[in-house]
Amino acid sequence: MTLDELVRRVAGVLPPGAVITDPVRLRTYECDGLTHHRVVPGAVVLPESAEQIAAVVRLCNEYGVPFVARGAGTGLSGGALPRTDGVLIVTSKMRRILQVDLENRRAVVEPGVTNLAITEAVREHGYYYAPDPSSQQVCTIGGNVAENSGGAHCLKYGFTVNHVLALEIVTPDGDVVTLDADDPGYDLLGAFVGSEGTLGITTKVTVRLSRAPQAVTTLLAAFENIEQGGQAVSAIIGGGIVPAAIEMMDALAIAAAEAAVACGYPAGAGAVLIVELDGPEAEVRRQFAEVERVCRDSGAFELRTAAEPEERAAIWRGRKSAFAAVGRISPAYIVQDGVVPRTALPQVLASIDRLSAEHGIRVANVFHAGDGNLHPLVLFDDAEPGAGERAELVSGRILDLCIEHGGSITGEHGVGVDKSRYMPKMFTDDDLDTMQLVRCAFDPRGLSNPGKVFPTPRLCGEVPGVRKGVHPLVESGRAEQF
Amino acid sequence: MDPELINDCVHCGFCLPTCPTYVLWGEEMDSPRGRIHLMKQHVEGTPLTDEMAGHFDACLGCMACVTACPSGVRYDRLIEQTRAEVEREHVREPDDRALRELVFQLFPYPRRLRAMRLPLRLSAGLRRRIAPRLERINPSLAAMADLAPETAGRPRLPRRVRAVGRRRAVVGMLTGCVQGEFFPRVNAATARVLAMEGCEVVIPPSQGCCGALSLHSGRPEQAARFARRTVAAFERAGVDTVVVNAAGCGSTMKEYAEILDGEWAERARAIRTVDLAEYLVELGPVARRHPLPLTVAYHDACHLAHAQGVRSQPRALLTAIPGLELREIAESAICCGSAGTYNLFQPEAARELGERKAERVLATGADLLVSANPGCTMQITSAIRRSGTAPIPVAHTAQVLDASLRGTERIA
Repeated sequence: MTLDELVRRVAGVLPPGAVITDPVRLRTYECDGLTHHRVVPGAVVLPESAEQIAAVVRLCNEYGVPFVARGAGTGLSGGALPRTDGVLIVTSKMRRILQVDLENRRAVVEPGVTNLAITEAVREHGYYYAPDPSSQQVCTIGGNVAENSGGAHCLKYGFTVNHVLALEIVTPDGDVVTLDADDPGYDLLGAFVGSEGTLGITTKVTVRLSRAPQAVTTLLAAFENIEQGGQAVSAIIGGGIVPAAIEMMDALAIAAAEAAVACGYPAGAGAVLIVELDGPEAEVRRQFAEVERVCRDSGAFELRTAAEPEERAAIWRGRKSAFAAVGRISPAYIVQDGVVPRTALPQVLASIDRLSAEHGIRVANVFHAGDGNLHPLVLFDDAEPGAGERAELVSGRILDLCIEHGGSITGEHGVGVDKSRYMPKMFTDDDLDTMQLVRCAFDPRGLSNPGKVFPTPRLCGEVPGVRKGVHPLVESGRAEQF
Repeated sequence: MDPELINDCVHCGFCLPTCPTYVLWGEEMDSPRGRIHLMKQHVEGTPLTDEMAGHFDACLGCMACVTACPSGVRYDRLIEQTRAEVEREHVREPDDRALRELVFQLFPYPRRLRAMRLPLRLSAGLRRRIAPRLERINPSLAAMADLAPETAGRPRLPRRVRAVGRRRAVVGMLTGCVQGEFFPRVNAATARVLAMEGCEVVIPPSQGCCGALSLHSGRPEQAARFARRTVAAFERAGVDTVVVNAAGCGSTMKEYAEILDGEWAERARAIRTVDLAEYLVELGPVARRHPLPLTVAYHDACHLAHAQGVRSQPRALLTAIPGLELREIAESAICCGSAGTYNLFQPEAARELGERKAERVLATGADLLVSANPGCTMQITSAIRRSGTAPIPVAHTAQVLDASLRGTERIA
């Protein structure tokens, strides 16, 4: 068999023990952080260098076998879902910080380094790596690049793409190339970040290090209901303040976090808002007074302030643990990720409430309120017949709501395998085909993480089930097929 | 293996960076999340293969994942159940079996351990010379020879130590197996500190092993037998609080009510187990602290920090000593590789973890390392010795406090 032969040859180019074929072991790689999609990989490899990854990718090309990259396996859209007929390339052994260059405020790291490890390496010098997904102590920088990961503080500081200066990648045909933000010409680095593994595999990342702000203050405001909280968010942003983060949690999410980490949020709150301000001390002080006033005017019944790191961490603990904490109040759940314009937040939340009541499915809401990025947690009991389907339905309907209000089907978790079917709801066929042209430019054979992002493989010749006939762009002479 | 407990895992992966074997190897099946996945496979009908058993055996049982888990997965319970299943179903290689038998017939029995002390004492130098040769024959035996500390005279502990000044409490004290035989001075210091803080200390001579080693190695029946005997010994001593100075023993005794059933569970519940540092902080100081001009690195024993949540108390006790400067060890939540019998059964992984820990301990530049578990003390000491750097003295929290309370800079 092709795969068996490939695996034998792959073992020849990797260190001993770096190829996994034992079925029991393989199954532990069957899913990432999104567990309702499971596929046992054909083989798992654990390379230790870019050259080894390139060698594996070249062999995959020789045999026409698809490959999927995986970091820590914490993704929430199934972006690292393996293929039975393919090789899963896991970067978890590549976790060296290769260089820290404080003078130029950059660090060069391998893809398996965790997001938080970068900050830990430079913290004592007063620097940090800004994007902070809630899974930052686990998720890898390689995965962050693939997903263009965000986090609570992206409202002010931007996403991964704003903090990556250069990448070394293995292209889908096995070349090792460098994409640099400073290179003239097309912004290929920009195209690669967020491409969810469809344009190649990251092997080295040069990240920007940010100076830790002079002052950081965190406010926890408790409201009777979500509407009041939403009003406060609009008033803060409308008033010209750009906080480092504005996060909101509803009563159900608070209950879960309380059960998990005893975060001690004010009792009886229908919603809590976490507002973090950072920057020069005088500015933070002035803005803080303004934020406090706005919160009170919007109906906050309790305000807590934290300026010391431990107190701030105590406030954040509840928020950062929220996703997994929901496991305490529900046997199973779906973490949804969608975006709506900030101004539409109250209507969308009201609609989610109606959906929840209609289908008898509880929904806990956690969101990056500042940029309208919702993370509804759709709760269900997988032992109850039909509950999973109803939860799926509610979860899908929430995305429809996002599209209806002019938002997006994903804010930061990516499309992966989970949301590819919603892509046609957001984009026309022509839009999707145009995106495919980009993909084909990098990966004409469709071997790099196939089946992700796009509903069905289109356009790039050899892949089965391709579009019949000629693409409209090609037909009109505006594009050429590779 | 309880499927309900398995299903609590939502596969978020927050446990990965805290797991010592994942830190070493970066492989899913040697992470808590991966091991839970393997347990699930087994519960769903996959037979217990050699590979599967190997990944369960490779788990240190350090419980760092329990601390890290936002979903509250009871990995401690799960791995205990799994180890018992492995012992029932899995056929081990003959030499592995023999080694396990040796360990379980030796360590939980203080008198047998005592018999070992004499030859060990006579041949401390010889032992280290033969260790490399043993390594070739059996790495586990080499580890055993390498780990055993230099033993000194063993001060006899009285059955009862009177409180100094006004008596504030009456407490029982567990002497432990390895603690009692290899670190008798820690027990003496513990009794003195408790007495100086106004406690009458009752030390029943009839006590034996608490059952920790058996419980953590898939031998629940042996563990329950030891647990019942320990409960009975302290009932006879007439105490309702037992102070424990060894992290692994304390964590197991706190679980007695879960390990035992029926009447015995009730009897276990009637006796409160408390860690020494936890107890002293709760009690509040009365004895005067004399200055100790020392820089101290405090090592978190897993069964104290992760299993019992005792982190701040030892630090508070140490920093309350005038002149003492406390330094934190980087990666303090990662196990040193001792993990009960782990350094005997998984010597290679244990050695790597020990070296990692030794490096970070030495980086603190402290004069003294404080560790509240005999296993950790042996493991880190031997790793530092192997590294070839100047050894750093190691003491138990009780010994440092004892020196301060007695007003001597010599740590006994």
